[in-house]
Amino acid sequence: MTSLFLLAAIFAPWIAPHDLGDTVGGVWEPSSSEFWLGTDNLGRDLLSRMIYGARTTIFIALMATALSFTLGSVLGLGAAVIGGWLDQVLSRFVDLLMSIPTLIFALVVLSVLPANLITLILVMGILDATRVFRLARAVAVDINVMEYVEAARLRGEGKIWIVFREILPNALTPLIAELGLRFIFQVLFLSALSFLGLGVEPPDADWGGMVKENKDGIIFGIPAALIPAAAIAILAISVNLIADWVLNRTTDLKGGRSGQ
Amino acid sequence: MANSQLINEPLLHIQNLRISALAYPSDAAPYLVNIVDDVSFTLGKGRVLGLIGESGAGKSTIGLAAMAYGRGGVHISGGQILLNGIDISAASKKSLRKVRGMQVCYVSQSAAAGFNPAHRLIDQVIEASLLNRTASRDEALARATALFDTLGLPDPENIGQRYPHQVSGGQLQRVMTAMALCAQPDLIVFDEPTTALDVTTQIDVLAAIKRAIKKTGVAALYISHDLAVVAQVSDEIMVLRNGQCVEHGDTRSIIETPQQNYTRELVNVRSIDHQEKKPDATALLRVENVTAMYPGADVEVLQDVSVELSAGQTLAIVGESGSGKSTLARLITGLLPPTKGSVTFDGDILPPALKQRSREQLRQLQMIYQMADVAMNPRHTISTIIGRPLTYYFNLKGRARKQRVAQLLDDIEMGGGFADRYPAELSGGQKQRVCIARALAAKPRLIICDEVTSALDPLVADGILKLLLNLQQRENVAYLFITHDLATVRAIADSIAVMYQGQRVRYGPKSIVLTPPYDAYTDVLLSSVPQMKAGWLDTAIKERA
Amino acid sequence: MSYLLTLVAKRLAISALLLLAVSALIFAGTTILPGDVAQSILGQSATPEALANLRRDMGLNESALSRYISWLGGIVQGDLGKALTNGTDIADAISKRLYNTVFLASVSAIIAVPIAIFLGLMAVRYKNRWPDKLISGSTLAFISLPEFFTGYLLIYFVAVKLGWFPSVATVYESMSFTERLTAVALPAATLTLVVLAHMMRMTRAAILNVMQSAYIETAELKGLSPLRIIARHAFPNAIAPIVNVVMLNLAYLVVGVVVVEVIFVYPGMGQYLVDHVSKRDVPVVQACGLIFAAFYIGLNMIADIVSIIANPRIRHPR
Repeated sequence: MTSLFLLAAIFAPWIAPHDLGDTVGGVWEPSSSEFWLGTDNLGRDLLSRMIYGARTTIFIALMATALSFTLGSVLGLGAAVIGGWLDQVLSRFVDLLMSIPTLIFALVVLSVLPANLITLILVMGILDATRVFRLARAVAVDINVMEYVEAARLRGEGKIWIVFREILPNALTPLIAELGLRFIFQVLFLSALSFLGLGVEPPDADWGGMVKENKDGIIFGIPAALIPAAAIAILAISVNLIADWVLNRTTDLKGGRSGQ
Repeated sequence: MANSQLINEPLLHIQNLRISALAYPSDAAPYLVNIVDDVSFTLGKGRVLGLIGESGAGKSTIGLAAMAYGRGGVHISGGQILLNGIDISAASKKSLRKVRGMQVCYVSQSAAAGFNPAHRLIDQVIEASLLNRTASRDEALARATALFDTLGLPDPENIGQRYPHQVSGGQLQRVMTAMALCAQPDLIVFDEPTTALDVTTQIDVLAAIKRAIKKTGVAALYISHDLAVVAQVSDEIMVLRNGQCVEHGDTRSIIETPQQNYTRELVNVRSIDHQEKKPDATALLRVENVTAMYPGADVEVLQDVSVELSAGQTLAIVGESGSGKSTLARLITGLLPPTKGSVTFDGDILPPALKQRSREQLRQLQMIYQMADVAMNPRHTISTIIGRPLTYYFNLKGRARKQRVAQLLDDIEMGGGFADRYPAELSGGQKQRVCIARALAAKPRLIICDEVTSALDPLVADGILKLLLNLQQRENVAYLFITHDLATVRAIADSIAVMYQGQRVRYGPKSIVLTPPYDAYTDVLLSSVPQMKAGWLDTAIKERA
Repeated sequence: MSYLLTLVAKRLAISALLLLAVSALIFAGTTILPGDVAQSILGQSATPEALANLRRDMGLNESALSRYISWLGGIVQGDLGKALTNGTDIADAISKRLYNTVFLASVSAIIAVPIAIFLGLMAVRYKNRWPDKLISGSTLAFISLPEFFTGYLLIYFVAVKLGWFPSVATVYESMSFTERLTAVALPAATLTLVVLAHMMRMTRAAILNVMQSAYIETAELKGLSPLRIIARHAFPNAIAPIVNVVMLNLAYLVVGVVVVEVIFVYPGMGQYLVDHVSKRDVPVVQACGLIFAAFYIGLNMIADIVSIIANPRIRHPR
């Protein structure tokens, strides 16, 4: 399991590319046999594209996850603790957003927005923040009704203390477990968008886009498209396993499970 | 007790029973723990054996073992369980299915959870009888209806048509008893059947169970932590502690002449000596004519309630569920402002809402909760939990704070080593003590104790009560003690207020409140409290009729 | 009984309202966002006249609200507008493709749901023994596989190398039912695999949850056989959570269909939407978005209603 983790880790910090030391956009050599993974539909070295693709894919997914997570958690915890109309308004709005399947909504919105990296990250981040909001709010509400929070309130503690010292330490565990899942989702989501032609623009490489570029070859028996697709799958699986492992470890910690 | 003597062989014969389970400590290898260790007894047909002990004593485990069932990973590791002469400790699952529901039946603690919410009661009651082919459908229905009647259920012909959620807790417990009796077993295991019920409901259910046992001549294992309750229903009593038998004898001897120290402690529970104090001229806390409603609801949870409490004394608020006693606590602390009336503390009127009160006002009024597990943040150390009020109210930091925390730990009779532990590592009694220390840290004038001993074992609770009384002497702190347990009230109160459905029904110094003549409700309440006397139940029922 | 009907009616009304709000959101999403639509369509080198013409044609000069209302009005009458790119009637194009998409989704659902429930039951029956570990382990892997991975994998091995099924799923109206099924086989298989894993895990969790209830222990202590316990005591209480799970995953199917249709070049709604998104054909995108959203909301609503009906506390109030 950890070897898969290493595999994913190796992919990511390869900022200094291995084979062809060119920045993306340079001219690639055609032909095949001396290139480990062969070449792609335009004759570019697949391995190098994969490495750059790793960087792009993971970078975008990380940014989007960071955005969605921060936005979702802050709003979710805030809504739970402040309550009242803020909570109602935010919850209704999130319910509304979640009534549309994410992919569809992304497609709708991306059809009118300019196609650049920032827009992409914003769209991905904001859409996914809804799920994080729901979870953060539910967790915070659960904790809010515990007697130790009431005890703090009776003492006269202000909201800031209550959020940071009482609620947050207990909310972290479920939220962090979710972080892994959100990241996987963003990777898959980004790949799907690129695959459909709406994600990263060429000649930048990201794994989803690479699948799209090479898909026509499949019918003729050329497996080029399978490689980025497989990479996505492996990344997703290994992150899943890590998230599971982290979850198991943290619930053993001191008083990890409240009320046990 | 018609069939009291052994005829051929005893119904249930347990010999050197040992039941074990694996314990999984977080930092070591799993090891085997004996939940029940070398327990032996014999139960004859038609006899009732009471199993009494504190939590963890193994009584439920033994009761379930009589059906060769182990809950949650426990397994029978030694000894024999002879039911009607056959050893069931190693029987196959298939043969056990013939034993369970036919020869032995089980009545669980929480009937509400024990019934399937998706089916009608009558279907569940006659299910075992039908499947084990001991009766035709009509016979089973007739038997069930007769049992409903014996157990005192309203409308016995039709109550079976209801679903579990349409019936009250006390009634559900009786239906569960009917379900167990319907299959006409030789033995019934009653697992704390009245523990979750109000005291006035409990007496009716107890009487119903006793009546049914007498009528059907079934043998029973009656499990409870309440010795007074067990003494009413059982012919013999076995006292258990940590999985081992401490004492075993017939009921009268155990109650009147206990041999072991532990048994003696259980018999003498709540016999704390406390001199009643006279109220002062000026009360510390004065609650005047308060009425309260929950926002959004239109029923008054509290109606025109007034009580007073003098400094350094204890006012007990007694009532059953729905009486409004916890609401009164929320009102006094400012969580639920009253719609009418006011609360005065130390001469000044307290602002009705929490937000409006000053830090000093908040400091003087502290609260301790019933469930210590959720009253403490699981991610804070004990020193943080006790120390926070010190910093918040008195700005104590660093070494001064550490010293004061250590002092408080001494006050609650726990050593300094506890300072760096987490709540999850403590026992129930220890957790509650830490909560007491947290309240004390603020040096309050008044502490509201909301059912603080209700979730604890009787002996542990005694320890907490003694501690509270000592602290009261030293610190001159007043207690508003909310409880449903009259024995506790008798032990520690100076004045008492009895509450019923949001109203104050009886109020005054302890000696007066607990002396007749009573109003209707207090009469029922006081007479429903089980006394540690054999035959009390029969007398109480006769007096009611 | 009337209480039940009131609840169901309320749920229907809420869903209708939600759909309305979603339509507004979709409309807003495409018109109010920054970026001049006309500019993006015609590109940088468009002349001002061309831009003005296009804007007038698209009705961009009127206020957003009036455009929204006329759009809604059209929908209610069944007129979804005309595609910008080639002027074809959208409703016409959609109706053919809608059937295709629903066909594909249904085939996948019919295969996936029974298998998922069966596997979930098996996993619970043999909890912590090898069947459970095997099933749970493989589903964990399957969840992480993106649709295009499984899709292309299937195409590569099954269609190209083995030649059992066609790699491009073309369907046309005159096809017979079996011909259709063959064409749809691979895309349906892809969809099924994706959804199956999720559904199975959630079913297993739902059933386990029920099995740990106190009344199951009561049933066991009454000496009932395992079959009877599962069938009569566990199952009635597990229906609601299982239906919930199934509905949630069917809703997910709605989304998965889009990618799968592109992989297999299947002429359905998903393909239609994707094609026109890159062309920035706003009316088409709005119409398709609305229809997908309607399905999603509808399925969620059915899940809620089933939960309501299955709850005995609501069917028989005190």
